Amino acid sequence: MADAIKITAPLSKDQVEKLHAGDSVLITGVIYTARDAAHKKLVELLDKNEELPLDLTDQLIYYVGPSPARPGQVIGSAGPTTSGRMDPYAPRILQAGSSGMIGKGEMGPNVAEALKKYKGVYFAAVGGAAALIAKSIKKSTVVAYEELGAEAIRKLEVEDFPAIVAQDAHGGNSYVEGREKFAL
Amino acid sequence: MREIQAGKITEKVAQLCFDANYQLGEDVGQALKNALSTEESPAGKAILSQLVENAEIAAEGVFPICQDTGFSVFFLELGQDVHIVGGGLNEAITEGVRKGYGEGYLRKSIVEDPLRRVNTKDNTPPIIWTDIVPGDALKITLAPKGGGSENMSEVAMLKPADGEDGVKNFVVDKVSRSGGNPCPPIVVGVGIGGTFEKVANLAKKALLRPIGSRNPDPYYADMEEVLLERVNNLGIGPQGLGGRTTALDVHVEVFPCHIASLPAAVNIQCHADRHKSVVL
Repeated sequence: MADAIKITAPLSKDQVEKLHAGDSVLITGVIYTARDAAHKKLVELLDKNEELPLDLTDQLIYYVGPSPARPGQVIGSAGPTTSGRMDPYAPRILQAGSSGMIGKGEMGPNVAEALKKYKGVYFAAVGGAAALIAKSIKKSTVVAYEELGAEAIRKLEVEDFPAIVAQDAHGGNSYVEGREKFAL
Repeated sequence: MREIQAGKITEKVAQLCFDANYQLGEDVGQALKNALSTEESPAGKAILSQLVENAEIAAEGVFPICQDTGFSVFFLELGQDVHIVGGGLNEAITEGVRKGYGEGYLRKSIVEDPLRRVNTKDNTPPIIWTDIVPGDALKITLAPKGGGSENMSEVAMLKPADGEDGVKNFVVDKVSRSGGNPCPPIVVGVGIGGTFEKVANLAKKALLRPIGSRNPDPYYADMEEVLLERVNNLGIGPQGLGGRTTALDVHVEVFPCHIASLPAAVNIQCHADRHKSVVL
């Protein structure tokens, strides 16, 4: 596997455009967590033109619901959840300024279109490598919807968070390309 | 009649919750290592290597294997000569889940109502399947089931005319359409026969078998081998990003069925193939 590209988050649109499906990356900086319940709330606010609990500009959204942190630990296990469930919401989040997301599994054609239109990138983290990923999370703070428990929006400070560019801003798709290469 | 204290069941269940979520089974660990040595995709190799390392970190007992510590699904074999004293059997198990998921820092992933969706905050209720068997022992198996792979599962009421090929095509097509969503490399549980509800249960029970084990009936053992090869020829690979390792194994369980029916079910299990048993 080629050497990983080091990138920083928030991720500028310029950086987004340099990434291509199949690239390995190590993400350092600030990312935000949100999954099903938080997305529903965010899109409801966008629909009503109300203020969001976070500024989405250039932010990466990590689809995760971590397990509880033990005393003395920053967070519990924190691997990605299935991204396809966020297909109905992701284009709206990208439109609102987000530069992409981190999850697992292919995202739909509507999201692929939105990645091109709004210059976004979708990273695959390794589903089930949750204990390993937790080690790259240095700080975690709940910023909204604490009542949702594991589904609350958290601000994470990450260092060398490992991921692969799964779907890029140019229409590239590692799921399609990878599978074609190995299908018999 | 042998007496078993409900409190003892609660203690054992709490321990099972911890063990299942932190200690990956040896068969699964070995299967991941074997896949690492045979996988041809560089990305696939990197992913499998992360999964092997992940299991080692989890085994230290601080971080669970996966953040999705699952729906607590129990299979009980209750000896007919057992008398549970000091409380109800299902209540004792439920209390064990509450204790195990709380004290084990495991994620609470259950909503009280499927549409109104408020978290129960203690991962209860569990799902409990009980078989009454001869003897005076109680065997408890816990299989925490993650949502991502469960969502990729399906039941099909096929026609008897669809036959063996119909069942095989249904299984391979289901895995194909699931792609990277269920966190491959997966284990595929297949149920064939019975009724609508029985076949789903068979598919789930198929997941409890050790990786590498074959159905004792050579006909179905052969079907397992064929399905494993066909699934791995799809090219889906680790995490769906392409590769040779889509499934670690395929297990088929069967039951007699009605002359009009050919029920088939696929229950997909992610690589965090967690299950632990205890005998009381």
